[in-house]
Amino acid sequence: MIEARGLSKRFRDKKRAQIRALDGVSFRCEPGRIYGLLGANGAGKTTTLRILATILEPSDGTAVICGHDVVEEPEKVRAKVGFLSTATALYPRLTAQELVEYFGRLNGLDENTLKKRIDEIFARLHMDGFRERRCDKLSTGMKQKTSIARTLVHDPPVMIFDEPTLGLDIMTARTITAFIRECRDRGKTVIFSTHIMSEVEKLCDVIGIIHDGKLLTEGTLAQLREKYGEQDLEEIFVKIVTPLQAGAEA
Amino acid sequence: MARNAIGIVYRKEFTEWVRDRRTLISTVLVPLFFFPIIMVGFTALAVVMVGKAKEETPKIMILGGEDSPQVVAGLQKVKSLEVVPYRPDWKEQISDKEIRAAVEIPPGFQAALEKGEPKTVKIYYYEGEMKSSFGVDRIEKCLKNYRDQVVKERLAAKNVPTSVLTPFEIHQENVAPPEKVSGATVGGFIGYMVVLLCMTGAMYPAIELTAGEKERGTMETILSSPISRLNLVLGKFLLVLSAALATAALSVMSMGISFAALRRFNVSSGRGEAAGLLLQLGPKAVAAIFLMALPMAVLFSAVLMTIALFAKSHKEAQSYLTPMTFLVVIPAVASLLPGVELTPKLAFIPILNTSLVCKEIMTGTYHWNAIALIFVSTCAYAGVALFLAFKTFQRESVLFRS
Repeated sequence: MIEARGLSKRFRDKKRAQIRALDGVSFRCEPGRIYGLLGANGAGKTTTLRILATILEPSDGTAVICGHDVVEEPEKVRAKVGFLSTATALYPRLTAQELVEYFGRLNGLDENTLKKRIDEIFARLHMDGFRERRCDKLSTGMKQKTSIARTLVHDPPVMIFDEPTLGLDIMTARTITAFIRECRDRGKTVIFSTHIMSEVEKLCDVIGIIHDGKLLTEGTLAQLREKYGEQDLEEIFVKIVTPLQAGAEA
Repeated sequence: MARNAIGIVYRKEFTEWVRDRRTLISTVLVPLFFFPIIMVGFTALAVVMVGKAKEETPKIMILGGEDSPQVVAGLQKVKSLEVVPYRPDWKEQISDKEIRAAVEIPPGFQAALEKGEPKTVKIYYYEGEMKSSFGVDRIEKCLKNYRDQVVKERLAAKNVPTSVLTPFEIHQENVAPPEKVSGATVGGFIGYMVVLLCMTGAMYPAIELTAGEKERGTMETILSSPISRLNLVLGKFLLVLSAALATAALSVMSMGISFAALRRFNVSSGRGEAAGLLLQLGPKAVAAIFLMALPMAVLFSAVLMTIALFAKSHKEAQSYLTPMTFLVVIPAVASLLPGVELTPKLAFIPILNTSLVCKEIMTGTYHWNAIALIFVSTCAYAGVALFLAFKTFQRESVLFRS
């Protein structure tokens, strides 16, 4: 379970001017459901997810994940979370197995449990053929599978995906989307950010539209269609965002 | 969360480190082969070159001397000199190394000698050219012998004994043991090299484990794991420190082997003590140098990590850290300057203090108060640097600089 409560984040740019990347964002994600955070580039998706993964600290507000506060207990939060993005790369000189073992050990798994978990995950993801191969020698698809294995090794109840299919070919992207669905089916709480409408339509149970650091609306796809009188999600998105963009430009 | 998180991070960083070919070069190959090449190779080469130069019979030219046949004949008799006929372009001949030197006998030299009038004999040579200076030495020796002979004859003519010229003798004798002498000669160089190689050893892993992580995109991966930032910094720091100490250890070991080889070379070639480089690295000196290098390696590791973390890429980190080399080299070189001795004030200047104390240790001098002061002050600087590294690892603006 994820509960974001008025999350705000301010950065300073190179000229020391303050930039408000996130402005009072609140939402809830329930176990066994996928929450899709939809927004254009620079809308605040990555900042939100990095705060949830405790990589960044919020300037105001907080979030509670599985009963742990992201500000007060960041290490406990990270132990409950699996975080995957296109920016989360692999260590090139470790083998796929060594990499997953490393993260398993950091998550406090004992050697017996770790071995069982790795055997199980590697079999499920068909990774046995390259478990001893170094990460810098893996194909993009193999790397993605290794990243997935890394996020799953400690069996976290919460999964955070930040634009996980960005820049991937169709087949690798399908592996990722299948994995996200599987997480939901296993009862995990899943939050997922993207700017690809078709992915949101296919995957998400609840959609939140974020723009300029603010969560503008949220609901199921059916609820959004009814509320905005449009069938196509892209049209709904444009209808919500355009007036704000026009206002900002004026 | 893992109990032994620092150890887990360290083991992983170590595995990656030993698999990196660049590590092999900066940590193992450079310290292992640098000293033998520099010290044994170059010294042996220099000894061979000097020997060859000494074996050569230098060609010289006599300018004038037509009315002074005695001195000319004296020079021509010297077997280790080859007198070539006069040519007006003798200056160019010296510059072009065709001849090594020229000696000018002034007109009326012989007659002036007989009358007891002073005259000056000039020797022309190529400054800085070794073979030319060997030629000058031999000419000078021949002329001095001739002058001494003239003096003896003059004294004999007046019935004055030659002992009147030397009422007493002066004799210098070294009482310091050979290891102290060699320590004083090359000891400063050891401190300098330990300082420099400690930093060189720490530099590459410091970049790799900070800016390298950012460049590869693994920083976000590790930050999303449940390890605390403090444990992460400490795990990484210990690896950088290990690299610095490994480089220092290998360099000291390599130095010991190089000096032993040099000693054997000098003894076998009959140069022995004359070479003045019979340095001995005893276990006490090695232990003391290590003890002093330890806090300095901590200081380097923490400072280099802190600076490299600001960079977004390997290349950027290198451009930040290259000026650091100068900052380190300047105090290390200052310790080599003649007359720079360890004082209570200098004991507080990082790097310079360690270089100076290593120099003292190499001569077998152990000022325990100064050693303690330097150890404690460097530890304090290292502690501050480590704290800064930890604080920098907590700064989002540094970790996610775009």
